[in-house]
Amino acid sequence: MSRLEIDSPSKADIVVEGLYKDLERRIESSPPGLCPVDLARSFLELCHAQTCGKCVPCRIGLGQLNHLIKDVLDGKATMKTLDIMEETAVSIMESADCAIGYEAAHMVYKGLIGYRDDYIEHIERGRCICTYSQPVPCVSLCPARVDIPGYIALVSEGRYQDAIRLIRKDNPFPTTCGFICEHPCEARCRRNMVDDAVNIRGLKRVAADFAGEVDPPACAERTGKKIAVLGGGPCGLSAAYYLQLMGHQTCVYEMLSELGGMLRYGIPNYRLPKDRLDEDINCILKTGVEVKYNVKVGTDITIQELQKEYDALLIAVGASTDKKLGLEGEDAEGVLSAVEILRAVEMKQSMDLTGKEVVVIGGGNVSMDAVRTAKRLGAKKVSIVYRRRIADMTALYDEIEGAVAEGIEMQTLKAPASIEVDENNHVKGIYVTPQMVSAIRDGRASIKASGEADLFIPCDILIIAIGQNIETKHFEEAGVPVVWGKIATTSTGAFENMPGVFAGGDSASGPATVIKAIAAAKVVAANIDEYLGYHHVIQSDVEVPIPNIDDRTPCGRVNLTEREAGIRVCDFDGVENCMTEKEAKQEAGRCLRCDHFGYGIFKGGREKLW
Amino acid sequence: MVNLTINGKKISVKENTTIMEAADQNGISIPSLCYLKGINEIAACRVCVVELEGKERLITACNNVAEEGMVVYTNSPKVRKDRRNTVELILSQHDCLCVTCTRSGNCSLQKIANDLDILEIPFKKELEHQPWNPDFPLLRDSAKCIKCMRCIQVCDKVQGLNIWDLEGTGSRTTVNVAGHRTIEEADCSLCGQCITHCPVGALKGRNDTQKVWKAIEDKETIVVAQVAPAVRVAWGEQIGLAPEEATVGKIMDALKKIGVDYVFDTTFSADLTIMEEGHEFVQRFTAGELEKRPMFTSCCPGWVRFVKSQFPHLVKYLSTAKSPQQMFGAVMKTYFAQKLGVSPEKICTVSVMPCVAKKAEREMELFYEEYAGHDVDVVITTRELIRMISSAHIRPETLEDIESDRPMKEGTGAGVIFGATGGVMEAALRSAYYIIKKENPPADAFKAVRSKGFNENQGVQEAEFAIDDITVRTAVVSGLGNTRALLNKIEAGEAHYDFVEVMACPGGCVGGGGQPIHDGEEWAFKRGRGLYDLDEHMELRFSHENADILQMYGEFFGEPTSHKAHMLLHTEHVK
Repeated sequence: MSRLEIDSPSKADIVVEGLYKDLERRIESSPPGLCPVDLARSFLELCHAQTCGKCVPCRIGLGQLNHLIKDVLDGKATMKTLDIMEETAVSIMESADCAIGYEAAHMVYKGLIGYRDDYIEHIERGRCICTYSQPVPCVSLCPARVDIPGYIALVSEGRYQDAIRLIRKDNPFPTTCGFICEHPCEARCRRNMVDDAVNIRGLKRVAADFAGEVDPPACAERTGKKIAVLGGGPCGLSAAYYLQLMGHQTCVYEMLSELGGMLRYGIPNYRLPKDRLDEDINCILKTGVEVKYNVKVGTDITIQELQKEYDALLIAVGASTDKKLGLEGEDAEGVLSAVEILRAVEMKQSMDLTGKEVVVIGGGNVSMDAVRTAKRLGAKKVSIVYRRRIADMTALYDEIEGAVAEGIEMQTLKAPASIEVDENNHVKGIYVTPQMVSAIRDGRASIKASGEADLFIPCDILIIAIGQNIETKHFEEAGVPVVWGKIATTSTGAFENMPGVFAGGDSASGPATVIKAIAAAKVVAANIDEYLGYHHVIQSDVEVPIPNIDDRTPCGRVNLTEREAGIRVCDFDGVENCMTEKEAKQEAGRCLRCDHFGYGIFKGGREKLW
Repeated sequence: MVNLTINGKKISVKENTTIMEAADQNGISIPSLCYLKGINEIAACRVCVVELEGKERLITACNNVAEEGMVVYTNSPKVRKDRRNTVELILSQHDCLCVTCTRSGNCSLQKIANDLDILEIPFKKELEHQPWNPDFPLLRDSAKCIKCMRCIQVCDKVQGLNIWDLEGTGSRTTVNVAGHRTIEEADCSLCGQCITHCPVGALKGRNDTQKVWKAIEDKETIVVAQVAPAVRVAWGEQIGLAPEEATVGKIMDALKKIGVDYVFDTTFSADLTIMEEGHEFVQRFTAGELEKRPMFTSCCPGWVRFVKSQFPHLVKYLSTAKSPQQMFGAVMKTYFAQKLGVSPEKICTVSVMPCVAKKAEREMELFYEEYAGHDVDVVITTRELIRMISSAHIRPETLEDIESDRPMKEGTGAGVIFGATGGVMEAALRSAYYIIKKENPPADAFKAVRSKGFNENQGVQEAEFAIDDITVRTAVVSGLGNTRALLNKIEAGEAHYDFVEVMACPGGCVGGGGQPIHDGEEWAFKRGRGLYDLDEHMELRFSHENADILQMYGEFFGEPTSHKAHMLLHTEHVK
């Protein structure tokens, strides 16, 4: 007789485990625009299936809540039903014995409060406010609405030049985005339902790497209109590109000696090699964009002067000044901003950190750029000091992982308290107050002081990377509306009080991503064109291959590999390796062509012009 | 060329041919439900699935292209099983009470279910019941809708009015009026193209045949009917008469046999419309009123509804002439009532129209209150006429050609072609020429406004005609999507015309929403040719030569556009 036995999962357990994974991936690729009431019903059914059946509120209450939601969906409910639902949900939240019950009721409750208008619409009009708007998930999540299924199909056929042409219809920075786009397009990729999201950014990189030089399309007939673009970053250059294609003459006013803005002076070479950035910029310049370098608006030339000379004006100056910690000693020697150090490196100003200890404050992408740059400048030890946990950092996971691999120390749960300065007014180190994680607020774990004594972290260089600001002073004086430090445009990029003046990119949105800057550029370019009295259309003549009808056999996602950490930290060359053509073909073949299959062929599908 | 094998047969087709077309070209039928060429190629119903050798999943034949080396099976065990299952699923959400359905015998779902030998449905019945106003001229039965999306697509892509859309998400997704409106609130033109493109009986026109029967039963009421030009080239299709047998004279006979007291041909009032509208055009043209915007025809109520909701500022450019239906109604209740020596209230005017919008047009306000009630009391469509003939158990082959009643017997070829796109323009130009020159042009002088094929040139025909030193710039357009594009061009100053004819339905009234339905086929052009053929063989081809019209002017109206004519034959178009 044995007393104990080793557990082994039943066949059903194993299958259900697999189904849980399927469901997780399915939720991840849930299309936008679903009826939230119907979702509440389906979530609740899952929750109810999880009940152990011991306690009344959960066993019976969740079922009754489900009946009530169904009444709403079936048009059998009244406003009284909502009251009963709310009372029942609260009662279950308060009286259930375990989380299976009270958290399930809490989900229903959150919906009742959060989208009550939709419940009411169902009750009063028997209808849902939600409808699908854009059925192709990747395109709908790309701020610039790049024709993703289209260029993936082209990559799969090896038509890289056509892929670049098609991307440029919506995004004149295909190479840049192939390297550093944050790829929101991948978040709800429907391929997740089969196995994993398609590596969309990777395939864009493939197109950029294999296409060689691709000329821009011909510009429309000259209109004779002149547009000044303030700022040569991604927004300004993208807008200039499209306005040139529309037949207008643009002139970019760039305060530095080279174009690219944050792409050149903010993003380190190892992430975006500058010769590759130049591929995009050269193509943009080929459309006839004029550039005035080293001219700062507000100092060298005024808005008023530009308004006289040009038919329209675009403010796209970005967010290039740094935020301060607000601690004493921040002006000491050895205290730098991330913007300063990154720009200095790009401007080839000598910056040798050999043997130095460097601390970077902040947990965003710019912080990762700063630490990895410091490492490459020869620093002996580089640390991130961050108030929260790694999980709370806003930097992309891949960036954090890359930094860790390169030997960066992550000093988390340490809030900067004071800067220690030596007698020569040079930084000696920083005192930090230990923190502990606390309650979830607005979906994010908050922190509070742990009560332990402050710690001292010595350093020779202290880099502040807690965000950027926008230089708005001159614009504000010229009458441009500024709210919360940002240039406040209408949703069309225009100003009610200043006809002919437009703004876009980081200076209007606050620091954001390159693809959002490009998206804003499309908006302002189209609206400047309309303002000037034209209706030019941007389109591409590239024919997209017919969809592949192969079976959708599950297949792993090709991830891009990186150069070995120990070697790549010795130089500023690109870190990421591209796919092989063979890998690219396989990866592109994973695309489900949502523009053709499913809802895409009915409504929406591929957006062929704008 | 692309080489492939379908059901063991080696075939070659042009590149970019769909599998369905490739099969069809080689005598192999693949059934479908939602597919409408060029309009709805969305593979939603999944009935046209086929098996591809080497692939697990079936693919749809309607929207996938035949590729080199494909080996396709259209009727393999897997295809049969899945296609049957799909149709059973559709039937589980379809109200299968076929006996009371207007589409019984002409229903694509009924046919596919019969073809697949489906005799029972293994699934639970789930019918959807959305409320609908039964008095509206367009009716939708949600319990019959199979969500093929054709109505949405026809309205979006052909008519450009976006009346229909999907509503709700997930399992509760359904079709309804777009934008959370009711059909009365929506800007529906009532063209009825969604009805004629519905594969089942989910969309239909309101049935008004019982109103006609009731009028016939009432001994006190004199029932007076008119039959529109487009009806004569379509009614035979559904009743088993060949085009040459299905004459308008036999419709008159059928109406008399049904019990109508007096029968007339709307061709007469089409001629009358030309007299009024032709003179109005010459007056407005010579007065220089048409320099900025053209005069638009007003005989199509779908178009009139469209312009009122979509381009309200253009309403003032509509001809003030009433449509032939309304003019005939007015004449029946005045001139004809006088002839009979009865009061207009004794007369029930019935019109047989190829159109659903005519049911709404009859409700138009009368501004001059010459008599109580409406010009037209009941409007039935061609399809309803056929049902009346069937329910009277009249054998079509026994019908004989009889003439219209006096004194509104005559109709000219110019009136007959009203039913085809370009017809009104051509008829008007024939008479406008006469009004200006006091002599007839050759009857075929204005043939250039005729359409060259169904929806050719985006439904637009432009032509310029010199009459002495005057040049008249004309455009003819059919289909409301095409109309919107043309109006946008006019508004943008990219096109200039003096006179524009608009018909809401592609091809004109012959393609009207009240005509017999041939699923997936467009018969408008063919029917239109039938009308031009009739015109060519008519003795009279000019509206101004219609002796009965001239007599009526002499006895009753005086001159065209006289005060009396204005009171009875014109209207004010208001929103």
